[in-house]
Amino acid sequence: MAKEKYIIELRNLTKSFDGVKVVDSINLKIKENEFVTLLGPSGCGKTTTLRMIGGFEEPDEGEILFEGKLLNPVPPYKRNINTVFQRYALFPHMNVFENVAFGLRIKKLPKDEIEERVEKMLRMMDLEKFGKRHVDSLSGGQQQRVAIARALVNEPKVLLLDEPLGALDLKLRKEMQIELLDMQRSVGITFIYVTHDQEEALTMSDTVVVMNEGHIQQVGTPEDIYNEPTNRFVADFIGESNIIEATMLEDRKVMFDGRVFDCVDTGFGTNVPVDVVIRPEDLQIVTDPEKGMIRGTVTSVVFKGVHYEMLIENEYREYMVHSTLMFPEETQVGMNVQPFDIHVMKKEGYG
Amino acid sequence: MKRMRILAYPYSVWMAIFIVVPLILVFLYSFTEGDIRNLAQLKFSTRSYERVSEPIYLKVIVNSFILATLSTLFCLALGYPVAMIVARANPKVRSMLLMFLIVPMWMNFLLRTYAWMSILSPNGFLNRLLEFFGLPRLEIMPGKTAVLLGMIYNFLPFMILPIYTVLSKIDKQYLEAASDLGANKTRTFFKIILPLSIPGVVSGITMVFLPAVSTFVISGLLGGGKTPLIGDLIEQQFMWEGNWHFGSSLSIILMVMILISMAIMSRIDRDGKQDENGHAKA
Amino acid sequence: MKKLAVRIYMGLIFLFLYAPIIVLIVFSFNKTKSRGQWAGFTLDWYAQLFKDRLITEALYYTVTIAILATVISTIVGTIAAIGIHYMRGFGKNLLLNINNIPVLNPDIVTGVALMTLFISAGMRLGFMTMLIAHVLFCIPYVILAVLPKLRQLNRHIAEAAMDLGATPSYALRKIILPEIRPGIISGALMAFTMSIDDFVISFFTAGNEVSNLSIVVYSMARRGVKPTINALSTLMFLAVVILLLIINKKSGEGEELLL
Ligand SMILES: Nc1ncnc2c1ncn2[C@@H]1O[C@H](COP(=O)(O)OP(=O)(O)O)[C@@H](O)[C@H]1O
Ligand SMILES: [Mg+2]
Repeated sequence: MAKEKYIIELRNLTKSFDGVKVVDSINLKIKENEFVTLLGPSGCGKTTTLRMIGGFEEPDEGEILFEGKLLNPVPPYKRNINTVFQRYALFPHMNVFENVAFGLRIKKLPKDEIEERVEKMLRMMDLEKFGKRHVDSLSGGQQQRVAIARALVNEPKVLLLDEPLGALDLKLRKEMQIELLDMQRSVGITFIYVTHDQEEALTMSDTVVVMNEGHIQQVGTPEDIYNEPTNRFVADFIGESNIIEATMLEDRKVMFDGRVFDCVDTGFGTNVPVDVVIRPEDLQIVTDPEKGMIRGTVTSVVFKGVHYEMLIENEYREYMVHSTLMFPEETQVGMNVQPFDIHVMKKEGYG
Repeated sequence: MKRMRILAYPYSVWMAIFIVVPLILVFLYSFTEGDIRNLAQLKFSTRSYERVSEPIYLKVIVNSFILATLSTLFCLALGYPVAMIVARANPKVRSMLLMFLIVPMWMNFLLRTYAWMSILSPNGFLNRLLEFFGLPRLEIMPGKTAVLLGMIYNFLPFMILPIYTVLSKIDKQYLEAASDLGANKTRTFFKIILPLSIPGVVSGITMVFLPAVSTFVISGLLGGGKTPLIGDLIEQQFMWEGNWHFGSSLSIILMVMILISMAIMSRIDRDGKQDENGHAKA
Repeated sequence: MKKLAVRIYMGLIFLFLYAPIIVLIVFSFNKTKSRGQWAGFTLDWYAQLFKDRLITEALYYTVTIAILATVISTIVGTIAAIGIHYMRGFGKNLLLNINNIPVLNPDIVTGVALMTLFISAGMRLGFMTMLIAHVLFCIPYVILAVLPKLRQLNRHIAEAAMDLGATPSYALRKIILPEIRPGIISGALMAFTMSIDDFVISFFTAGNEVSNLSIVVYSMARRGVKPTINALSTLMFLAVVILLLIINKKSGEGEELLL
């Protein structure tokens, strides 16, 4: 295998608080210029992982490598990594310009260079009019931009972002997601991004790292994570899914709801209990129940703006189905599913 | 940021030397006898505590307790209405009233007490005034009444301010809700305002009782040595008699008295809160 | 009717609170030594006050100790508060509780306890012991004033500074200190007033050679009432009122500082 260049490498990273392992033997390799997102429910150890990379928490065990060199003993102020904090942590007694200039002033750069770089950064962030403003007088979105500008102006190799959009309202959030992505592409630095919002993770990242209870559940591209969740937790967390207990009869044959379905998965063995994931939008409804692989009765219909969300019940379970067509309650319908839309996962649970 | 903790270490050492060790010494002296300058040859003894139980000293302790309790009660009775009036005044008047309540506290404690000396002494201002109007003279100084008056005067603001703080924070909506539900003013006071103000009352009581029970200035100046309090005894032992053992055991007893009363007060505070919750559930 | 009752009640309370002060001030200008009678206006007592070596010396010690104690306790207290703020769990609680002892313990116990320590350690009571005592009881107030400001501080703000390359000591000086300055100032003011005003602890730790104004007043008052004390009271009261008015004007957070 060709030796790839990793900018950050986590090896067996472990951290406990009060005897509880909050981050448990994490291994992760991050490539240069990658947009990596740590995704997981609140309290799963994302922030702690990020803080260890930033140098604000000392790992109990394990190593952090930066460009192949051990980073553990380096204090935060000597790491070529900058952070955008969850609540921005702007310096309240300084104006916008001074906040952004802070890192450069510490490096004792010449005055005119500082001015030039800060001005350029403020222009890039659409903040050029706000240099003299007090940070308290800015809106949430503007403060957010100042926090990013303050970090980026130092031209770090890696930028850590801890739920940077968490405090913004939905519309602003969407806008900032796009801006952040553009920015990452244009400045070309590695982003390690933390969020508990799966949609945000899937739309922005090159690589998504799904975490739960201090463990990494899955690492992959957004498509991998969405289409091929490795376990029930990931499937559940990534989106509304139908998760079905099933039996893998042999390669490409899985049985549930009293019949055998074709699928594309192999290598599970024969007659093995597995979990099957079918996305709500992958179930096609047909009006003639006899023409469906699965039959059931519509028990609830909710209009969701773009599609209808319907619950369809048969004798085994209830399916959630998304469709642009509406079938009234009480209707008998059939459902079909394509073999490649049946995702088979190892049954290991996640608790 | 954990490294910032080392900033607390020098002060920890300082506290150990100047707060903890002195208290240990006092405790040690209270349970020993012998030459105080020679720690090595001090002998364990409960003699100073036995001495405290002699009637004359017991009387002093009881006296201190009674006077402190009385002054606390007077402060509460006088101060609660003041706190309530101030809390209900409109904002402009309120800040002026507060200011006038606080200004006397800016005067040195000794001078405030001294001022009462010049008013209450046999040939003082008060008696001249009474004479002028042809009224009988008042012989209250030196004596218990004068000491009590001095305590009330000095500590009244300590009662008013915490009660005021709590009262001014009570949400007006509670009162409106109460009257909306048909409670009259008296009922609203006893059922809503009073229970909600208990934390202020408790800290007021503590802030008055504590200095009152340990004072020796007020009793020294206004009591003329006729009604010594536990504070006077401690002063005497350390400054004039040189009996540190006895003085130390008196200090320990004073601290225990205060600890007990603080424990009782915090108990009342807690019970009050539970009571509130109980009402809320009911 | 009720309004009238309220007015009369508040009037009586204020009469009670102010009568002694007014009497003191008025009689500081009275010609005779007697406290009851008005015998004409004089400034003699003020003149005598400034000739009295005991009093001028005590004034010198009072102010010197107050300034030194304020400076020392503000510096030590602020540093200690920052340290305590970043501690956790048992250690933090322990330090906070010990720190509270001088605030909660009666002054007389603090005074005699310190006195036993100084004498047992073979120290001579005097300026130095009194200064230590004042620093001791001032620091807790500084810490109690600074800690809330630290708690209000964004937890990550110092980390953000270090993230941008600031060493811990740079972050402390340029980020934390400016943020908690109001707490430090009110702590210093509290320390200064506590020190200026203290009698009991000074009384036990100053020994025979050094006195502050409170000690002088106490010993003079014990021997009987002296009109020079009236003059002294008037001046001290005036000084405090002026000082606090200036402070309140400057800071604009009147109520907070008054208390
Ligand atoms: N400094 C700390 N002390 C004690 N527990 C902590 C500390 N920081 C985080 N934790 C705990 O560790 C767990 C993981 O926290 P965190 O990494 O912040 O999760 P996330 O960012 O994924 O929400 C949580 O249960 C949290 O309470
Ligand atoms: Mg987090």
